[in-house]
Amino acid sequence: MMRLIASRLAQIAVTAAILSFCAFLLIALMPGDPIDLAIAGDPRLSAEDAARLRALHGLDQPLMARYLAWAGAVLEGRFGHSRLFAQPVAALLWPALLSSLELLGLALLLAAGFGIALGALAALRPRAAPFVQTLALVAQAVPSFWLGILLIILFAVQLGWLPAGGEGGWRYLILPVATLCFANLAAYARHAAAALTQALNEPHIRTARAKGAGERRILLAHALPNAGVPLLTIAALDAGALVSGALITETIFARPGMGKLIYDAVMGNDFNLALLALLVVAIVTMLATLAADLAQRWLDPRLA
Amino acid sequence: MKGGLALLAALALAALAAPLAAAMLGHDPFLPDLFNRFAQPSAAHPLGTDELGRDLLLRLLQGARVSLTVGLLAALAATIIGTIVGLMAAWRGGVWDAVLMRLADGLLALPALPLLVILAALDPAVVGLPRGEAAADILRIAVLLAAFGWVGVARLVRATALSVLARDFVRAARALGVSEGRVLWRHVLPELAAPIAIATALAVGGAVLAESTLSFLGLGIAPPAPSWGNMLANAQELVFQAPLAALWPGLAILLTVLGCNLVADGVAKRR
Repeated sequence: MMRLIASRLAQIAVTAAILSFCAFLLIALMPGDPIDLAIAGDPRLSAEDAARLRALHGLDQPLMARYLAWAGAVLEGRFGHSRLFAQPVAALLWPALLSSLELLGLALLLAAGFGIALGALAALRPRAAPFVQTLALVAQAVPSFWLGILLIILFAVQLGWLPAGGEGGWRYLILPVATLCFANLAAYARHAAAALTQALNEPHIRTARAKGAGERRILLAHALPNAGVPLLTIAALDAGALVSGALITETIFARPGMGKLIYDAVMGNDFNLALLALLVVAIVTMLATLAADLAQRWLDPRLA
Repeated sequence: MKGGLALLAALALAALAAPLAAAMLGHDPFLPDLFNRFAQPSAAHPLGTDELGRDLLLRLLQGARVSLTVGLLAALAATIIGTIVGLMAAWRGGVWDAVLMRLADGLLALPALPLLVILAALDPAVVGLPRGEAAADILRIAVLLAAFGWVGVARLVRATALSVLARDFVRAARALGVSEGRVLWRHVLPELAAPIAIATALAVGGAVLAESTLSFLGLGIAPPAPSWGNMLANAQELVFQAPLAALWPGLAILLTVLGCNLVADGVAKRR
């Protein structure tokens, strides 16, 4: 187990290193650097000043040296400043990460809860199965940004019940969480239905029935734990999709999370912030995947 | 399966018929008509007009051409790359398999959209792509989406190819002295038709969804060329004036992705 964790952590570190290098390279290859932007902002800057500033910030160095200097600084915890927000990057990342985790955690919890409930409905009541299947098919195909807009139009513009965006109390969370939850519901519903149908046909369920266990106890105590393993697989596989969904949701509902931070940074040409935020998001996603994998092995020791 | 194919065929026909519809209604989907802003649905404008007085139905059909082209291009490229990678991994095995599949796993573990947002914002000229025009946008987005889309295809192809390569008829062909290239082309590839079809159908749906997402965020197809995504971005700014404008592009995306998923499900059930 420890060896598995160590090797997976090493994989995550390697992936993050390759990702940071590729992204750094692509960004550095673009025409124009921060000094060019400074010139655009202050036309009195002379050519000598520009050259001196470039040398001061190491921008005249070869690409590889610049990457190594940047990576070294990041590893030491010096994330630099955001040009767009005029703040240290670290001061921006932390609140954004918390905001995103709040949204993601709630959405994941609700998506898994409703998804499993729908799956159980389909598995226990065959007459409800086509309804659940149709709902899952539609939920899988709905573009989440469209759903977000429709919810805003209905609940914020027409009815005026809920705020259209921003961050504040729980009222600001309802629409974004609903949007993100619906987008991730389908996978859980489909797989819960399949896994529960299979689990309910196992001999030990028949034994439990023969011994007189109630339907509720059979479902909760005997079938669900067995169906939990494939569901954790979905959770692990979908971590990336969930984070991707958060970017759209946060952008539509103007929530200051990681997704919106990356989007704003990209739109504002603040690539240092974008790159670091992307790395944080990627590492957190991969750690979440690892956690789901470990939980899976804990539930089903045969996998370990 | 049939429902999915019918849905996709209807959408493709609608996209092809865009110029015909423009001729029949007598408007230009690109020409502003400022006296007719936010027109209600009528015989002249079946879905009404947008904030510049352009016909929404015609823009929707024009958007279908753009969105479906991006989807098909990206899915085709992803399928070709994915099939080659999956086949190579299964056939060569060993280090090839390990390296290619680690790469696939790594790409799969990353959150795709934040990465795509950063990549889509980069200057396309850096990697030798033209910039600016709608055709260049279509190509740029298709390339980006294919760069991520091949992973799903490769995994599906590799899994099936591994089992096909171990079957008796492949061993028989090899024993008869058939060259490896011919074994792969004539004996293995035809057996992979079903998984490749499934992966392609899913890739088309995924690409249409991803393109519309990027265009919605302002990083995909740039206006004035309409795509379903940038029409929705436009509609979000007009939720007070024209709430209905947000309905149609989203519905079009929904139906396209639904059609693709239904086709993929249908092929999977037939095997």
